[in-house]
Amino acid sequence: MRYIPSCPEERRRLLRAVGLERSEQLFDSIPAEFRLKRPLNLPDPMAEADLVAHLRDLSRKNLDPHGSAVFLGAGAYRHFIPAVVDHLISRSEFYSSYTPYQPEFSQGTLQAIFEFQTMICQLTSMDVSNASLYDGASALGEGILLACRARRRKKIVAADSIHPEYLKVASTLTSHLGIRIETVPSDAGGAADSGRIARSLDAETAALVIQQPNFLGRLEEVEAMAEAAHRAGALLIVVINEAVSLGLLKGPGSQGADVVLGEAQSFGVPLSYGGPYLGFMAVNSACLRELPGRLVGQARDSMGRTGYVLTLATREQHIRREKATSNICTNEGLCMLAASIFLATLGKQGMRELAEQNRNRAEYARSKLERIPGCRIPLAGPTFNEFVLELPAAAKPVHQTLLREGIVAGLPLSDYFPDRKKDLLLAFTEVNGRSEIDRLTRSLEAAL
Amino acid sequence: MSVDRIPPKPREGLLFDQSVPGKRGSEVPAADIPDAPPLDRRFTRREIDGFPELSEREVARHFTRISRLNYGNDQGFYPLGSCTMKYNPKVNEKVARLDGFAEIHPLLPTEAVQGSLQVMAELERFLCEIAGMDAFTLQPAAGAQGELTGIRMVRAHHESRGHPRQVVLIPDSAHGTNPASAHLCGYRVEEIASDARGCVDLAALRARMSDDVAVLMLTNPNTLGVFETDIGEICRVLHEGGGLVYLDGANLNAFVGVARPGDMGADVMHVNLHKTFSTPHGGGGPGSGPVGVKEPLTRFLPMPRVVRADKGYRLSSEFPDSIGKVHSFHGNFGMLIRAYAYILANGAAGLREIAETAVLNANYIRKRLEGTYHLPYASPTLHEVIFSDRNLEKYGVRTLDVAKRLMDYGFHPPTIYFPLVVKGALMIEPTESEGIEEMDAFIDAMIRIAREAEEDPEVLHAAPHTTPVGRLDEAAAARRPVLRWTPELSPKPGP
Repeated sequence: MRYIPSCPEERRRLLRAVGLERSEQLFDSIPAEFRLKRPLNLPDPMAEADLVAHLRDLSRKNLDPHGSAVFLGAGAYRHFIPAVVDHLISRSEFYSSYTPYQPEFSQGTLQAIFEFQTMICQLTSMDVSNASLYDGASALGEGILLACRARRRKKIVAADSIHPEYLKVASTLTSHLGIRIETVPSDAGGAADSGRIARSLDAETAALVIQQPNFLGRLEEVEAMAEAAHRAGALLIVVINEAVSLGLLKGPGSQGADVVLGEAQSFGVPLSYGGPYLGFMAVNSACLRELPGRLVGQARDSMGRTGYVLTLATREQHIRREKATSNICTNEGLCMLAASIFLATLGKQGMRELAEQNRNRAEYARSKLERIPGCRIPLAGPTFNEFVLELPAAAKPVHQTLLREGIVAGLPLSDYFPDRKKDLLLAFTEVNGRSEIDRLTRSLEAAL
Repeated sequence: MSVDRIPPKPREGLLFDQSVPGKRGSEVPAADIPDAPPLDRRFTRREIDGFPELSEREVARHFTRISRLNYGNDQGFYPLGSCTMKYNPKVNEKVARLDGFAEIHPLLPTEAVQGSLQVMAELERFLCEIAGMDAFTLQPAAGAQGELTGIRMVRAHHESRGHPRQVVLIPDSAHGTNPASAHLCGYRVEEIASDARGCVDLAALRARMSDDVAVLMLTNPNTLGVFETDIGEICRVLHEGGGLVYLDGANLNAFVGVARPGDMGADVMHVNLHKTFSTPHGGGGPGSGPVGVKEPLTRFLPMPRVVRADKGYRLSSEFPDSIGKVHSFHGNFGMLIRAYAYILANGAAGLREIAETAVLNANYIRKRLEGTYHLPYASPTLHEVIFSDRNLEKYGVRTLDVAKRLMDYGFHPPTIYFPLVVKGALMIEPTESEGIEEMDAFIDAMIRIAREAEEDPEVLHAAPHTTPVGRLDEAAAARRPVLRWTPELSPKPGP
């Protein structure tokens, strides 16, 4: 086998050295009844060239990403990734190393995490960020658990405009613990309904959860939500799906959020059919001891040199076992690194310009699409790079017609909300140039 | 060793210290549309305070420099026990980056993602065959998330029979995620002691088993690298009492292709694709922790599941008893392709060769270091061997000193102080990815360190001497945590 360095003769030498004759004897401690009497039923070993050809063939059974115009977001966004990102994360000092439990041998990973934590704090305007979580959806589950621990309450009030998959995952992670998530219908404009939310918040509520921009693309009034939550003694959790929006929108921490969490896939992580992505969580300092996941802090050695270490590990499972804040062991190290490089490359100006261009493209598309006869924007009010378009007919067949032309016209919302049959959720980023948007407009008009 | 003459290595400052206003590392695509009227100011920020401003050149140099402060598996021996730090084949990185996989959106209609679905369906079939299970979910993003998923299904199973039960039994040698995952599923954790062999004490298990026990979480081979030879009887005890057996497959590398947990009686198990199936550890993730179940539990698997359609594959959520979702979309698909490619590259013969070589290597290291280092359990070794620092105690040298000194010899230390049942544990897992020369060099270093302990313990206490930083004061770091850069942290400009 090409990945194994020792040849058969060397292995015979090793066998003799340990006093054995046959390699089967290595497994004498496994009762005979449990040892396989046959080879596994798997395809024959493949040479590298055959393997590449096979996987290339499989990849061609997917949509051709370059021959298509894709306007799909809904929690995963196609952004341009500068070449420097993949080059640097491909250094095996980074990708073939383990969790930095030995700090003297892991200063690269640890410093990158420290820089990531800092940039997430700057973007969200929060005090503390962890070293990342699995994905945005499980980050919401962890955020709810955090709020219930911190407030010693078990009810969560959530706007129904949070990503439906996030609510599903959060429910899987919390429902059997007696935690109840009450979802509150949005107002006619698709934004969180402050009146209904105020009525749902009570002395049992650990947290109010809203998303910015929300799942339907609408911008929320975060400050008002923070006031309402705090009046009830609850935390405000703000969920982010499209992290690029933070280049333009206020950091939720500056608007009163106690926890900001979500998905940072937009920062240099490829779509890759849904993962690996990059969950993140940032909190204000009052919540620090309840924060799940890894944290890196600055330290000094005996010669006074600055370095970085995993810190506050007494919250974590390998020390606290069943009393830990979470069972999380890994983070999304390499995706976190990709995000750090992406953010450093774009920098202060680049982040602003990227966010503005995303919004400009969406606004342009909106102005074109709403002029198609019979189409309208059902949810009035400000959006970022994603919005709902209502068609005069059922959206799904139209979506399929366009797919045959190599256009992915967003997400038919009936996939998540059966009563929204005519609605498409469309996203626009810097990769969707004017000609693509014009093509979408023409094809949609022709298909109706 | 004349360590004093080695000058301190230059350190790389933080991104934020190198930032200069006006620099940039990237431009957005050319504007081909008019600017929209600005968003209302109540939504928009001024600028991102303190955010870095650097050229691409500086970013590339910064991350290259800090990468060199790391030690990766490609740099040398990385015998981190229970982590299976095997070689990460380069072709896996290539195929995962093919545009037809990497640029595929998770919510595309199924007719546009047939290639991805085929990878998932075939990987599920391969894992079923390798593990002896009936179905797998590929959704969990890591081993610990797999545990949580598995125990949630155990809970759903018991609930469907009237009561979730209250207790999860876990051997004292288990990884810390086991109790944490059980606790997050609403269970009370009870420890089962290990016996003199380092295995589950069967008598204690029999005495404890009753109808409040939902499941036993068992790692096999356990964290001492020892096969739980009573596994058949352990499963019988649990099953007769109406309980289930969860098998933590973290150590599957020990017997992949040789034996199958499903045949031993396990009802639920997770595998770590980032261990046995070679996906890179990435400095702490992303991982992937698929969970396999036997037929009676398949109805509880997370959704959606990949199923056969008239033509190709589709995603189905028609499973009313499913526990729901544990990850958005379909889990860490990029890791699934790598594991799929790895299984195809190896085939059945290659996988068996992996287990044979990994176990042989661990036994070789045991043979050569036994005596120099204290071996707390004499049971046969599979994929990893655990020593302790007992023989060095008389010189005032501890496991931590040995680990730190190993860095000076150019090796990553083994896992230390785990499992908790061994005082001062040194847990060495060579994997199949090391040849004789590398192992011999490591063994020689270990022997030399034992001699240093006797002759010059100070050099061990002060180790490492050659790394970018020495031992860092972790206690002080935790007392006054500095968890982010702020302008006050920057070095003061010179005169």
